[in-house]
Amino acid sequence: MTQEVKTYTVPTMANMAASGEEPEILFWVGCAGSFDDRYKRVTIAFVRILNHVGIKFAVLGPEEACTGDPARRAGNEFLFQMQAMSNIQVLNGYNVKKIVTACPHCFNTLKNEYPELGGNYEVIHHSQFLQGLINEGRVRVKDGQSFKGRRITFHDSCYLGRANKVYEAPRDVLAALDADLVEMKRVRANGLCCGAGGGQYFKEPEPGKKDVNVERVEEALGTGADTIAVACPFCMTMMSDGVKNKNREDSVRVYDISELIAQGQGL
Amino acid sequence: MEIFQQILFVAALAATAWFITKRIQLISRAIKLGRPENRFDHPDERLKTMLLVAFGQKKMFTNLLVGSMHFVIYAGFIIINLEILEIILDGILGTHRLFAPYITPIYPILIDVFEVLAFGVLAVCVVFLCRRFIARVSRLQAERHRELRGWPISDATLILTAEIFLMIAFLTWNASDSVLRDRGVGHYGELQGIVPDFLVSQYLKPLFLTFSDMALVAYERTAWWLHILGILAFAIYVTYSKHLHIALGFPNVYFSDLQPKGEMQNMPEITKEVQLALGLPVTTDGSQVNDNGEQPVEVGRFGAKDVQDLKWINLMNAYSCTECGRCTAACPANITGKKLSPRKIMMDTRDRLEEIQRGWQTHGNEYKDDKSLLNDYITAEELNACTTCQACINACPININPLDIILQLRRYRVMEESQAPASWNAMFSNIENNMAPWKFSPSDRFNWADQVNDAK
Ligand code: SF4
Ligand code: SF4
Repeated sequence: MTQEVKTYTVPTMANMAASGEEPEILFWVGCAGSFDDRYKRVTIAFVRILNHVGIKFAVLGPEEACTGDPARRAGNEFLFQMQAMSNIQVLNGYNVKKIVTACPHCFNTLKNEYPELGGNYEVIHHSQFLQGLINEGRVRVKDGQSFKGRRITFHDSCYLGRANKVYEAPRDVLAALDADLVEMKRVRANGLCCGAGGGQYFKEPEPGKKDVNVERVEEALGTGADTIAVACPFCMTMMSDGVKNKNREDSVRVYDISELIAQGQGL
Repeated sequence: MEIFQQILFVAALAATAWFITKRIQLISRAIKLGRPENRFDHPDERLKTMLLVAFGQKKMFTNLLVGSMHFVIYAGFIIINLEILEIILDGILGTHRLFAPYITPIYPILIDVFEVLAFGVLAVCVVFLCRRFIARVSRLQAERHRELRGWPISDATLILTAEIFLMIAFLTWNASDSVLRDRGVGHYGELQGIVPDFLVSQYLKPLFLTFSDMALVAYERTAWWLHILGILAFAIYVTYSKHLHIALGFPNVYFSDLQPKGEMQNMPEITKEVQLALGLPVTTDGSQVNDNGEQPVEVGRFGAKDVQDLKWINLMNAYSCTECGRCTAACPANITGKKLSPRKIMMDTRDRLEEIQRGWQTHGNEYKDDKSLLNDYITAEELNACTTCQACINACPININPLDIILQLRRYRVMEESQAPASWNAMFSNIENNMAPWKFSPSDRFNWADQVNDAK
């Protein structure tokens, strides 16, 4: 009996272009997805799903650069536009039409802020992409997987939810897991920020009573969930740190929705 | 005697109109301090937003109970204007219940509706006072929110109390009037058989049964005058108060942001510089387009230091703010005890505008002082605490955008003053040198791909 060996591939735009091919979608990995040890696992999970469903995709690899989101929101418009315009040159050079990304900040910037600087693409967040795969039946979580009876709560990220009104896609994805989805008090349009946006991730918080992520994690733990699902690299770090702060890292896990789907698929 | 009252009344009316015109001129001059910004696009969508959010009070109803109570005051305010029309005409012409003989069958129905609304307004104002001072709703407490200390709390209390007195004056006026009519005194008696007892004020009639005719007429006149003078005074007062939202709320919503909340406005003057730096063809002259979509105007500072660097809509937002604090109650920074309060950002902007107005009034229209919104009103600590989460924008019942002001002030601090926190400067230089906000080598960016086939 031979064990099925899966090999996953990560084609780059440069390779594709060299062989005269064009991918269906560009997967925009983002800085966190490229460099953050924890979030690299999310990137890998998503790439495995892309391989699994056989979609023709590519990444920019070394040609990708920060979208400029943290710079713009911290007030450095000059730096933002430098980043944006060089990225647009690269994207337009490859004739990119459709982009999928796991980072809501990249998503918002590419979708809403690049057009004015000459970058027009169809941009979707990986939650919307996964929702599509589930609706088309291309991703089906196998029966009897480990999710039955587990309580999952979903933390809305500001730049996916309030900023772009994507509330249902990640919830639909979680619903496919057949787990017990429990909602926090502040959700959807009223969701509480993880505390990282607007450049906060890159500096110490201002003095206050407590950190925003601790407040949010307390709310998440209040639901009795053992899994906090997120759809953003910053939320991932902030929630994980919050769980540690509450000494619950043994019993409560933080996962990106694509990791849960990959788990459900045995990828 | 009658003609004397008429003259007095017309004088009061004229004085009110004069004062209000002056105030409108002053406020619109202050709003025009702001930079141009085209908010005249998509009229259909704007109208729809205004109908839903301003007329329909859509966002108020996210809290059903408070929404309904506010709706009573709002409906009362709009509908009672019909009654005020009659009062004004009576005042000018020296008539008494001018409309009654002409619309006899519907007149009592109308007044009944007004009375029920007046009673509703009265009751809601009492409840609102209780929420502030007995139930102590957190977002309305000065101990928790320093921006409310002093005048803002008095302003709110004053107006609620004034409304209660106005409504009492209206209801008791109707009651004393009914008693005079029953007794057939003077012209009051002429309305016998035309004007019946009204729904609410009939229960107040027993209060007046012991009054002599003379005392009753005196009371009726006093209540009438108090009611109308109160309304005129209210109209002037509103222009100095957060209650300006009853007028500005509508245009404020009409001109509100239509773009996605997460989109931050582009700075065309920087686009040009970046295009030059990158050796790209220049597609913008960096000038801003004014509201007619024509004439380019001079580029000011990068970002905003004071109110004239903001856009006119930011300034209109400031005058429209109701100081309700829904934004602040939703703000993650404020919830966790940071100094930032989006309501304070709006109130500071208005306070700064009013300071400039006072300068104009005492030193002439060209007067400039050396203060600014940034630093004299809003501190770096507040600005730096914002996560740009947009909860404030979402929460505001009249689509005010405090975040926009915060971002423009941040731009000034970073680009004109190079005053970002040290770790932000580090982040900036990482992006500049490593193409990522962290200090990793750009050549390592694709290393993750080596692990895709590793075991989990
Ligand atoms: S955008 Fe800034 S000011 Fe508004 S709620 Fe979020 S943190 Fe507070
Ligand atoms: S900005 Fe809006 S939500 Fe905030 S206090 Fe003013 S009116 Fe209320």
